[in-house]
Amino acid sequence: MAAILEVEGLHVAYGATPVLHGVGFTVEARGITTILGANGAGKTTTLRAVSGMVPPVGTVRFDGRRIDGRASEDIARLGIAHVPEGRGTFVGFTVEENLRLGAYVRRDRVAVGHDLERVYAHFPILGARRRQAAGTLSGGEQQMLALARALMLRPRLLLLDEPSLGLAPIVVQEIFRIVRAINERDGVSVLLVEQNATLALGLADRAYLLETGRVVLAGPADEIQRDDAIRRAYLGY
Amino acid sequence: MAIDTFFQQVVSGLATGGIYASLALALVMIYQATEIVNFAQGEMAMFSTYLAWSMLNAGLPYWAAFFGTLVVAFLGGLLIERVVVRPVEGQPVLTLVIVCIGLLVILNSLAGWIYSYVIQPFPSPFPRTPIRIGKVVFGQHDLGVIVVTLVLLCLLFVFFRYTTLGLAMRAAAQNPGSSRLCGIRVGGMLALGWGLAALVGAVAGMLIAPVIFLEPNMMGGILIYAFAAATLGGITSPFGAVVGGFLVGVIENLAGTYIPFIGTELKLTVALMIIVVVLLVRPSGLFGHAVVRRV
Repeated sequence: MAAILEVEGLHVAYGATPVLHGVGFTVEARGITTILGANGAGKTTTLRAVSGMVPPVGTVRFDGRRIDGRASEDIARLGIAHVPEGRGTFVGFTVEENLRLGAYVRRDRVAVGHDLERVYAHFPILGARRRQAAGTLSGGEQQMLALARALMLRPRLLLLDEPSLGLAPIVVQEIFRIVRAINERDGVSVLLVEQNATLALGLADRAYLLETGRVVLAGPADEIQRDDAIRRAYLGY
Repeated sequence: MAIDTFFQQVVSGLATGGIYASLALALVMIYQATEIVNFAQGEMAMFSTYLAWSMLNAGLPYWAAFFGTLVVAFLGGLLIERVVVRPVEGQPVLTLVIVCIGLLVILNSLAGWIYSYVIQPFPSPFPRTPIRIGKVVFGQHDLGVIVVTLVLLCLLFVFFRYTTLGLAMRAAAQNPGSSRLCGIRVGGMLALGWGLAALVGAVAGMLIAPVIFLEPNMMGGILIYAFAAATLGGITSPFGAVVGGFLVGVIENLAGTYIPFIGTELKLTVALMIIVVVLLVRPSGLFGHAVVRRV
């Protein structure tokens, strides 16, 4: 299988503080890759570097084309949808306005209308609240809205930053179920950053473990999940 | 008899109020997008009005000059954002204030240099003959101004509320980071905001010029009323700015008529009083919300 995203030698620094020291990983086309690691390992920064929110040093190839150094609005237009940490919904806007913003770069208005209905079928709670301000939604509903908004772009690659953060387990399972459905049905590739290793390894086909800005472990997700030594040493369960 | 005067004063208050509302809305649009209080908004409107005057002198019919000026004002607003505002984006508030005041002085001097400081008459597109309804007499210009500003405000409302581009402009102002992730070109949206604000200001300038005449300092007082309007309605609320504009227009006129010592000379003081009282009693204005800043 060909890789849709290839990252090599990624360095990022915030001011004088280096955060990533030559991170490399791939996401297969139609695959799900997860990046695991503790707080401060550089997971969020890695996603931000891919989507151009922070300027990276190194190479980032999307579908074979270099995208490092490009503006994040251009990267979004190529078909990479980033659901940021903290969700980044437009709180003063209605649910439907948030979704329309997600589809902003698309010109196929009819298909956008269909996708809107599809999103409401995936997430019935969003349909029920479509005229409500996004800021009035619960945490789980906002995470669903953030995911739904990203899907409105019709992305080829979805970047998910800690979708389980602060949510009840039942909501988390619902969100992971939807991510799997999107991946299987629509062939959207996923790069998932998570602290919840069990959940992430259950979903992903490839996994990378990040420690203080370096990849310390890489391999197929099921192998990592089965290896007790790795689990105890790195994942702590 | 007294009630006739009252109605007349209210209508002419609404007419000038429409001007204040437009200009206040332009201020709020720019403030919301960039957190800049655009002190040059009045001079941009004045300069646009001079451009209209040039077009009229060149023999263009009124409405051709009117819409021609709107196009030029829009492009001028875009250009100002790109050339003057963009380089200082994200700078401390004092820097932004100084840049805007610099822009004010430059536009003012430029107008004086090109057109001189001689006061010029500016035509109204509406007939001079007053309309009589019952015993009350209304100036047609006043009524025309009310209609034009209401149409303008409605168009802006529809644009920002119902079009994708308007939605994207609001999104870029509220949450630039997430907007970029949606593929919205935030810089372009901010420039568009300046263009639109300049266009709205141009309408205000062309409609007030027949009343206060054309000269480089014509918008000084008007801008203070617009600030009063924006403060009263709430600098964070476009709707509030519009309501504030009409309120200030009416209050100013009624105070001038019914409070003997105010007359026409002290009218501007009314605007300053409004600003001070609102800032003391309710700093976020009638419809605004307090800005919470985490530091």
